[in-house]
Amino acid sequence: MSNDYIIDIQHLSKSYGDHKVLDDINFYVRRGEFVTLLGPSGCGKTTLLRQIAGFVAPDEGKILLEGKDISGIPPFERPLNTVFQRYALFPHLDVFDNIAFGLKLQKVPAKEIEVRVKKMLKMVSMTDYEDRSVDSLSGGQQQRVAIARALVNYPKVLLLDEPLAALDLKMRKDMQLELKEIHRKMGITFIYVTHDQEEALTLSDTIVVLNEGRIQQIGTPTDIYNEPCNSFVADFIGESNILNARMIRDRRVEFIGHEFDCVDEGFGEDVLVDVVVRPEDIYFTTDPARCQFKAKVNSCIFKGVHYEMWVDTDDGYELMIQDYDAYPVGSEVMLYIDPDDIQVMHKERLCNTVPAKVAEDGVVEMLGAKFEASTAGFSAGDEVTAEFPFSAVDLLDHQEDGKLSGEVHFLLYKADHYHLTVRTDDGDSLWVDTNDIWDKGDLVGIDIAPEGIKLKARND
Amino acid sequence: MIKRSYWSLPYFIFMVVFVVLPLILIVLYAFQDGNGHFTLSNVTRFFTDSDSLSTFALSIEVAIENTLICILLGYPAAWILSNKQLNRSAVTVMLFIMPMWINALMRTLATAELFNVLGVTLGKGTLLFGMVYDYIPFMIYPIYNTLMKMDKSYAEAAEDLGANPWTVFWKVTVPLSMPGVMSGVLMVFMPTVSTFAISEFLTNNKIKLFGTIIQENINSSMWNYGAALAFIMLIIIGITSLIGEGKQSETEGGLI
Repeated sequence: MSNDYIIDIQHLSKSYGDHKVLDDINFYVRRGEFVTLLGPSGCGKTTLLRQIAGFVAPDEGKILLEGKDISGIPPFERPLNTVFQRYALFPHLDVFDNIAFGLKLQKVPAKEIEVRVKKMLKMVSMTDYEDRSVDSLSGGQQQRVAIARALVNYPKVLLLDEPLAALDLKMRKDMQLELKEIHRKMGITFIYVTHDQEEALTLSDTIVVLNEGRIQQIGTPTDIYNEPCNSFVADFIGESNILNARMIRDRRVEFIGHEFDCVDEGFGEDVLVDVVVRPEDIYFTTDPARCQFKAKVNSCIFKGVHYEMWVDTDDGYELMIQDYDAYPVGSEVMLYIDPDDIQVMHKERLCNTVPAKVAEDGVVEMLGAKFEASTAGFSAGDEVTAEFPFSAVDLLDHQEDGKLSGEVHFLLYKADHYHLTVRTDDGDSLWVDTNDIWDKGDLVGIDIAPEGIKLKARND
Repeated sequence: MIKRSYWSLPYFIFMVVFVVLPLILIVLYAFQDGNGHFTLSNVTRFFTDSDSLSTFALSIEVAIENTLICILLGYPAAWILSNKQLNRSAVTVMLFIMPMWINALMRTLATAELFNVLGVTLGKGTLLFGMVYDYIPFMIYPIYNTLMKMDKSYAEAAEDLGANPWTVFWKVTVPLSMPGVMSGVLMVFMPTVSTFAISEFLTNNKIKLFGTIIQENINSSMWNYGAALAFIMLIIIGITSLIGEGKQSETEGGLI
């Protein structure tokens, strides 16, 4: 029922210059729900929150609050309140006046203000602090005052912009529990922005995973963790082994050189897919009948609750395993994976596909440069589509050595190779399989092997 | 190895010769009569001479008026300059600061000449005009600086809590920019108390300020009384700046 949606976001887009910060965002928030916008820095989550608050105007799309479009309403008329990342407590006012700021503007009678501020201070465990100057408070206390200052106005929705990011780990954990408790007591809808996946899993009823301005997945914490819909989500949420795989038929998948039973259906037969196996879902066994594959322990590190081990499988793949028991480095182990614990995902792409133009015989122009390629069947000037496998892209140490230059944008380790997203200087994305070790942000030269490039007629 | 503290020696000597010694001389002269004997008569003469006292009162009055006009004109100017939507270029800021590159005496002389050509009668109006013209950059710049450095999230937080732009300005922007206003006040008020050139050129000495009578006394070789007046002025300026600074550190502490 749409009546139940307190916030409904429809086709929201925002660009700064050529850079698309948010691209066709659609989601809704139910009354009383705790929704988290989760994503790495620069994914657009803060911009999205600021659009809901009213500080940023969307280019396209609507934000509905209880069914009414609020896009044109200035922030001071929206019945929403924000907890800012760096608190933004007014330094010229004491704790009481900070919290009472909104109520005084609404001309609430002084007696009621006093009652409500005190009640709110109690809610955030800051009783008796009303006369303190905000500078004399610790980071955690300032955070509490900021939450009280927003909640005292009984907003329809409370917006929180990475409110715990500035606190140390211990304090952050405590505040997470308190926030959850406040949410339960007040019954107010929370929209929470964070880049911390653990925080999102702990706090939320629903998580919206964002990357590069697009929603990747919406779901409950359990859904997002157990059934990530693509390799970005799988990699971003928790630790994971992300592997190239082939769906043999329904309920049967092949990866790391072995066949496994799984529970996924409907991918088709003999289809290339990605598979996610969480490190805690690979089990050790001493029973040869249960063993699905063998491996040799490569490293073993104690992590507090569990041990984190890297193993080399018999077919040369490297997997991460978490277990309560330690297995000595160098030991041969037998392993198995439950069908339930194998999450199969569609591959987003099987190769690089870019628009190209035949420049002359044996040369195509694409991505703003000229590349050698077989142009058999085409003549100069033909507009075509070029396809080349991830492994055909060669990355070079020096930008000037390549036909193109770019920057490593995203890395994924896939058990025996790295799968990189490289952003060229013109802003095009290329996907690369490589055994070399690169880091995010590395500047690279890019070359493409001529024999890998296949041209196809463009059908438009 | 020469100890690093020796490097400050030239500055130390400079300070002693050009700051400390003159101050000591002022104090010595202020408490001596013409024959070099200790006396309090120079100081008591000031407090009993109604002419000196009224000049002093007038100086303070003019300085207060000048400071107030500078705030009233300078604050909006600083606010507009610091607002990125209204002012996108640093050139405008420079245009406001540029008059400071030209010697104040020359600007004052030019203003006097301008009034002369326009046939404006010289008096208190022209005096205040000259003072505001000379000192307003000293008010605009510190306010502009605090406004530029002010975290925009305070204004956003206020807006988020229901304050319209007008309320945001009065309840957040103005109180948070007080440190800038305070240093502007110090930089405008104190020099205007001791100024004499502006009143000389822009009122033809019709209006005498405290600085004028110090200058007159020194010029007519009444060094001891002149020194006493300078001493009294120093004390007053010292007190104002102490009060001002006390307030400033309080509010500035609040900014962090």
